[in-house]
Amino acid sequence: MTAPITISLEVNGERVDTSVLPRLNLADFLREYLKLTGTHVGCEHGVCGACTVRVDGEIVRACLMLAVQADNASVETIEGLSDSGEIADLQAAFRDRNALQCGFCTPGMLMAAQDLLKQTSAPDREQIREHLSGNYCRCTGYQAIVDAVESTARARAGRTA
Amino acid sequence: MTSGPEKRDPLSVLDRPNSYIGKIVPRPNLDRLMQGRGLYVSDIELPRMAHVVFLRSPYAHAKIIRIDASAAKCMPGVVAVVTGQELAAVITPWVGVLSHLKGLKSAPQSAIAIDRVCWQGEAVAAVVASSRSAAEDAAEHILVEYGELEAVTDMSTALDPATPVIHASLGDNLAFERNHDAGAVDQAFAGSDEVVEAEFIFGRHTGVTLEPRSVVADWNAAEARLTIYQGTQAPHMVQNIAALHLGLREAQVRVVCKDVGGSFGIKVHIYADEMATYALSKLLRRPVKFVADRVESFNTDIHARDHRCKGKIGVQRDGTITAFEIDDLTGIGPYSMYPRTSAIEANQVVNLVGGPYVTQNYRARARVVFQNKNVMCQYRAVGHPIACSVTEGLVDLAAMKIGMDPVEIRRRNLIADDAYPCASPSGLRFEQLSHHAALTKLISMMDYDALRAEQAALRTRNIHRGIGIASFIEVTNPSAAFYGVGGAKISSQDGVAVRLDAQGSVICQTSITEQGQGSESLTAQIVGSTLGISMDRVRVILGDTDNTPYGGGTWASRGAGIGGEAALQAAKVLRRNILDVAAAILQSTAGELDIVNNNVVNASDGATRIELNELARIVYFRPDTLPPGIQPELMATRHFVPREYPFAFTNGVQASWLEVDTDTGFVKLLKHWVVEDCGTIINPQLVDEQIRGGVVQGLGAALFEKCVYDERGQLTNANMADYLVPMSGEMPDIDVGHVVSPTLETELGAKGAGEAGTAGAAAAVTNAVNDALRPFGAVITEIPLTPQVILTALGRI
Ligand code: FES
Ligand code: FES
Repeated sequence: MTAPITISLEVNGERVDTSVLPRLNLADFLREYLKLTGTHVGCEHGVCGACTVRVDGEIVRACLMLAVQADNASVETIEGLSDSGEIADLQAAFRDRNALQCGFCTPGMLMAAQDLLKQTSAPDREQIREHLSGNYCRCTGYQAIVDAVESTARARAGRTA
Repeated sequence: MTSGPEKRDPLSVLDRPNSYIGKIVPRPNLDRLMQGRGLYVSDIELPRMAHVVFLRSPYAHAKIIRIDASAAKCMPGVVAVVTGQELAAVITPWVGVLSHLKGLKSAPQSAIAIDRVCWQGEAVAAVVASSRSAAEDAAEHILVEYGELEAVTDMSTALDPATPVIHASLGDNLAFERNHDAGAVDQAFAGSDEVVEAEFIFGRHTGVTLEPRSVVADWNAAEARLTIYQGTQAPHMVQNIAALHLGLREAQVRVVCKDVGGSFGIKVHIYADEMATYALSKLLRRPVKFVADRVESFNTDIHARDHRCKGKIGVQRDGTITAFEIDDLTGIGPYSMYPRTSAIEANQVVNLVGGPYVTQNYRARARVVFQNKNVMCQYRAVGHPIACSVTEGLVDLAAMKIGMDPVEIRRRNLIADDAYPCASPSGLRFEQLSHHAALTKLISMMDYDALRAEQAALRTRNIHRGIGIASFIEVTNPSAAFYGVGGAKISSQDGVAVRLDAQGSVICQTSITEQGQGSESLTAQIVGSTLGISMDRVRVILGDTDNTPYGGGTWASRGAGIGGEAALQAAKVLRRNILDVAAAILQSTAGELDIVNNNVVNASDGATRIELNELARIVYFRPDTLPPGIQPELMATRHFVPREYPFAFTNGVQASWLEVDTDTGFVKLLKHWVVEDCGTIINPQLVDEQIRGGVVQGLGAALFEKCVYDERGQLTNANMADYLVPMSGEMPDIDVGHVVSPTLETELGAKGAGEAGTAGAAAAVTNAVNDALRPFGAVITEIPLTPQVILTALGRI
């Protein structure tokens, strides 16, 4: 085992200084060190997308990134996006459409959906399905999620148009 | 899209003003989940909590000769390394049998293997440490000496005399056999114009809940109480079983189930590693947490549907089906699962084959055999996809043989909608099904004739699309006939307690549980509607054996039908009690009053008399002002289980429209339709989404999902990269429609909807693929329909 390494980063706008073992992944760091339970772990090998978070504005799989790699970075989790109100409309659309059942995939799904909506203002259903195809949901059948993302895109386009 | 007969009493509570029943209302618990602020078991941490990691057998079948844990015990953070022998001091073994499944046998199973392992993944030792990583590091230092034994893997040879017997004390590898013979089958086949036979093969697959199985067990030595935090569908069952095997009274065990990250029948069982975790907490006198990693989930979560079923159908030229016959073989791993057993699925297959159709001539044999593979047991829509695929596959083959349209042959044979009540060839009693109404609705939703025309036109351009139809029956609202009669301590009744609090809001405690289906919402909708109270003033408590009435939980599509009815009945009693007090306060009579929108009002003109808030204030804080002799009871409890029909059968029909690429063997799903009848619909959106989720699970089995074992019993694709699951990119839009035939056994009239999607999806897809491949003369009766299977059938590889 190697010795702990000191890291300093920002998580949801708060500065964090700590030391971690080099092998600790970012998902476990967020969950176990910072007690941010919103970042879920479904597969630990980068397939399910439940652990999706934003690092310096880009979505990543927190199970595939080491905590030490986030040194000096800005990390945003579902808790941060919820508190800032950034995805309030998307969350409302998920609620109206019942786009979640057990909710375990939902934080990762919302992170990925918001990422798409930031890049593409009017994605069609095919593009939404494509962009979310790295996020596994066992409960919903995906259609309600696609509907919710589609209606959020429309509403946002209407607002900014 | 709701139609069909409505046979309710117009004065029923379902028709009260401002009823939430039948309306789309958002689920009360969603914000928590969407903000990442739920509480799943994997999130739970307790003071002094240790983590357990199980060392698991790399062999499918081996003797454990020696375990040396001395090096592991010295590793940093290690609290204990415990073997099966050591754990046996605190927990007793179990045998997964039920007395009503006559002849079912199994061997005693221990929480951790003692002398022998029977599948790859069976735990041989537990490492408990201060963190999961410390436990994992230490596990690598345990030395286990195994003597490998021959593994029984192929179910089709499991009963051969040359095959080793897995449990010598049982005599052979046959766990269970059921034979059924109704009508005059041989005569019917002999008198048929055509007889068609096929062998149907179903891949072994598994649930892949996104949150793995997780449990935190907390033995408090000072209280002599064990608290189990577990994502389970049946908290009271867990309480009963844990108490039984740890030598405790039920009152010494509390099971708490907060948010659950997917269940689908995976989390309705109790696994050996979970039992071991309870026992370790007791042994070590501290909280212990177990969270399966994904590889462990694949190796130890129950698998499902490993069946080979020979089927035979007789048919007349005019389309009349004369008889069905099946011979089903299924492999269940080395043990029958406890306490629900692994024979229920085969039994269900016998029950359900031919179920939608009129013929009374039906013969079936089902055999359940042991293997050295992971345990197989009940998963969503138990037996339904097998029975539906065999039945509907045979019906399509018969139609093809006599040159009849698949819809037409179904119209001629489905049990008539006015024939009920009646019984199926396997003796099931049907109260009211609606096959014809459902089929008619489906055909119009999908515009069948237009699709057929499109198919024909595209065929000339070498584009091969297919339409597949699958009718099915669905078992819901199970009574004690499912498990209780066989001696299992699994409650079939559910209870709900409702009370008016001091500010006029309602608290309801229910024994059903929530895994995302919307149990919380449907309970609040029913209670709010019955009481005349707005939903924002109804709070639902579930998933805690200390704080809810005793009951079965949520499985086999019973939440709405059984738990919902209990909620309705409890709320009715509370309503009466409230009106009695109101009458005393208002010097009126209960019959002259009603509750609407949180107010007691005049029944005659709707004028407000007293807010519930004010009524509650008087009852709780100024009971001295009430007339003498009045003791208000602002709390009521009712329990319910269906008694007249052992199951509320429902029905539905699905259709798939897809395209097969005959060069690559890839299937592209274009569209899917479902019509189903779950009786009274409490929340249409919840029902539709539950059905869509079920369809996608069925589509996974149809196209992708398979646990691949090699001949030594090694699971070769135990990760999410190699085991394919449906993702959003491959899934089609799914249209859902309803026919409504409420069960008259309850006032609510709700039947289940949880199995419908999964029940028929694979059959619809397989029939559609065969329909697409008709010009090539290829017929496939195997799932998953991988490119390899399709190209092989086309003779391309
Ligand atoms: S847990 Fe990171 S992708 Fe599944
Ligand atoms: S809602 Fe359960 S996994 Fe998506």
